[in-house]
Amino acid sequence: MIRAPWRLVPRTLPSPRMRVLAPMMAVALTVIFGCIVFASLGLSPLAAMKVFLIEPISTINGVSELLLKASPMCLIALGLAVGYRANVWNIGGEGQMYVGGIFASGLAIYFHERGGVWLLPAMVVAGAIGGALWASIPAVLKTRCHANEILVSLMLTYVADLLVKYLVYGPWQDPAANNFPLTVAFSDNAQFPMFAAFAGDWLEGTRVNVSLIITLVALPVAWLFMQRTFAGYQLTVAGLAPSAARYAGFSGPAAIWMALLIGGAAAGVAGVMEVAGPLGQLNDRWTPGYGFTAIIVATLGRLHPFGIALASLLMALVYLGGEAVQISLQLPKAISLVFQGLLLMLLLGCDVLVNYRLERRRPAATAAVEIK
Amino acid sequence: MKLFKKLLAVAAVAALSGSLAADAADPVKMAWVYLGPVGDGGWTYAHDLGRKAAEAKMGAKISTTIVENVPESADAERVIRDLATKGNKIIFTTSFGYMDSTLKVAKSFPKVNFYHATGFKDAANVAIYNSRMYEPAYLAGVIAGHVSKKGVLGFVASFPIPEVVRNINAYTMGARSVNPKITTKVVWISSWFDPSKERQAAEALIGQGADVLLQNTDSSAVLQTAQDKGVLAFGWDSDMTQYAPKAHLASCIEVWGPYYTSVAEAAVSGKPMTKAVWGGIKDGMNDLVSVSSLVPPAAAKMAAAKKADIASGKFNVFAGPIKGQDGKDKVPAGKTLTDKEIDGINWYVEGVEGAVPGAK
Repeated sequence: MIRAPWRLVPRTLPSPRMRVLAPMMAVALTVIFGCIVFASLGLSPLAAMKVFLIEPISTINGVSELLLKASPMCLIALGLAVGYRANVWNIGGEGQMYVGGIFASGLAIYFHERGGVWLLPAMVVAGAIGGALWASIPAVLKTRCHANEILVSLMLTYVADLLVKYLVYGPWQDPAANNFPLTVAFSDNAQFPMFAAFAGDWLEGTRVNVSLIITLVALPVAWLFMQRTFAGYQLTVAGLAPSAARYAGFSGPAAIWMALLIGGAAAGVAGVMEVAGPLGQLNDRWTPGYGFTAIIVATLGRLHPFGIALASLLMALVYLGGEAVQISLQLPKAISLVFQGLLLMLLLGCDVLVNYRLERRRPAATAAVEIK
Repeated sequence: MKLFKKLLAVAAVAALSGSLAADAADPVKMAWVYLGPVGDGGWTYAHDLGRKAAEAKMGAKISTTIVENVPESADAERVIRDLATKGNKIIFTTSFGYMDSTLKVAKSFPKVNFYHATGFKDAANVAIYNSRMYEPAYLAGVIAGHVSKKGVLGFVASFPIPEVVRNINAYTMGARSVNPKITTKVVWISSWFDPSKERQAAEALIGQGADVLLQNTDSSAVLQTAQDKGVLAFGWDSDMTQYAPKAHLASCIEVWGPYYTSVAEAAVSGKPMTKAVWGGIKDGMNDLVSVSSLVPPAAAKMAAAKKADIASGKFNVFAGPIKGQDGKDKVPAGKTLTDKEIDGINWYVEGVEGAVPGAK
């Protein structure tokens, strides 16, 4: 039998250093494996990597697209991370995002062509309320009936998707749309203005809009909430040691409610960013998957705002890179999924090192064990 | 020394003419944006066959790029914009949901010509193209009318837009021209390309008694399900014989090659095509092909005769009398629906069960 020269030994305490290092190792290994994938497709790995990771962000427009894509994922992941720290596993960010988009669209359609400057802020608030309401369903069922929030929040995503379809095929359909499933295009004061509109020529043609500011503000706020507030502390304790939290008199149901409402509201606002941003209307094909990708982003970012910001940029880059290799090298777009999959698998693999350490086998010691 | 000078001169001339030749033969860059993978065996595959046909015909005069699996979301705009930025002069966006994205990008690239499949909004540099698939769908109905034993047809439908509604109507009218008692059941899956949903829908229809299936979705899943369950079905968009030879009756196919070639020729000549094209059997843009041995000779003969009548203009699928679901005349005898009416149709003909979702 061939024996590996290393073995895994359990650590007495999880290594905080490895918690930070594991994602970085996973990213590095993904790049190495990616090079092997490209080489096996008959391409120069370095040139292909350049197209995949550098080319998408080599122009101002590319950077704008990266931010446009990363921003909603980052915001949703921040909200989910608050819950995950408390061991409340909200998997339904996608559905909460849809409902946020629906609430905002409702205002935009009702006040079409007659809203004022107040309309957009009102839509953001409505989106947060919508997402939070949708997340409150798993909260009620969890606290009242002990229903598993993973299943409930996931299933509600499909309900929310059907709700969007019902609205755009039915009451909210643009009468001029020939029975096509779209709402009217929102008027200007129901859309986030693009930076390009007031930043001068160098941003000409870019799509990134002022909703980015929401995410930029949410990052430090999330950090303050998690690290510096009593509520954030309660949530963390509830996650790390539920019985300790109970002894301390922290309410379990309150933690669940807070975790789900914050996650829902964040996802709802991300929905507004989409419908009042690059989409500019609600339609039945709006399923960007940001709510699901945000779960990966939160995990990869170690539930820390700084990590989440980096992880969302990375996921957005992997997506744009998939398009770039397709356009420039005519590779199948599935390559993005291969990279996402590799990244996740390698992260799970590297995470083993948080709780275990590698130790070199000593031949003598092994022999002794075998004699016994 | 003399020789050297001569050589230099020859080299200079060669280099000069070489560069001139390269200028003259600079290929026109054309790009295609696809909804599904090229290997879907249906819609996207048919477009890619068309692209390859244009490439084969035009040779070095054009160069082509494809982007597949582009979602009909805010991502589409980035892909289209990216293609325009990278010097593509002709861009085909091959799914309905790219309509608004195409128009947005077209606004900022007035010198690029865009061609959008199956939409209803155009612009100076955005031309619409579509295929009258209701014609082969009618012919498929004629065959279905002959071979259906239970008198119940099934239709796996994507989105309740006029393009799909009129194909359901045509299929049903074709079948009822043979057997007036036939009914059609419809299942909507809210997707163009989703093989697992297409399969589930086909199973549901078969469970409800449908024994001849047609679909307005992009993969071969419905046909394959029919073979697994021992009923009959048609190929759609591409010739799907190979996917399920024991269930395949015939295929309603899209033929994009001639259209893409003519757009390429116009672009190479320096006068890009700007007119909308909505072609059918007569124009060679679609067809009913690979009629299998499962189809009785009488049915095959009748379908062939109808096809000839459609091609010659003698028969129009949407000529009256056409009855609505309530049994009353929707289109009286002697009247024919105009293209505009066909393009906005949101009602079922007699024989289709259920209601068009969201129709007002």
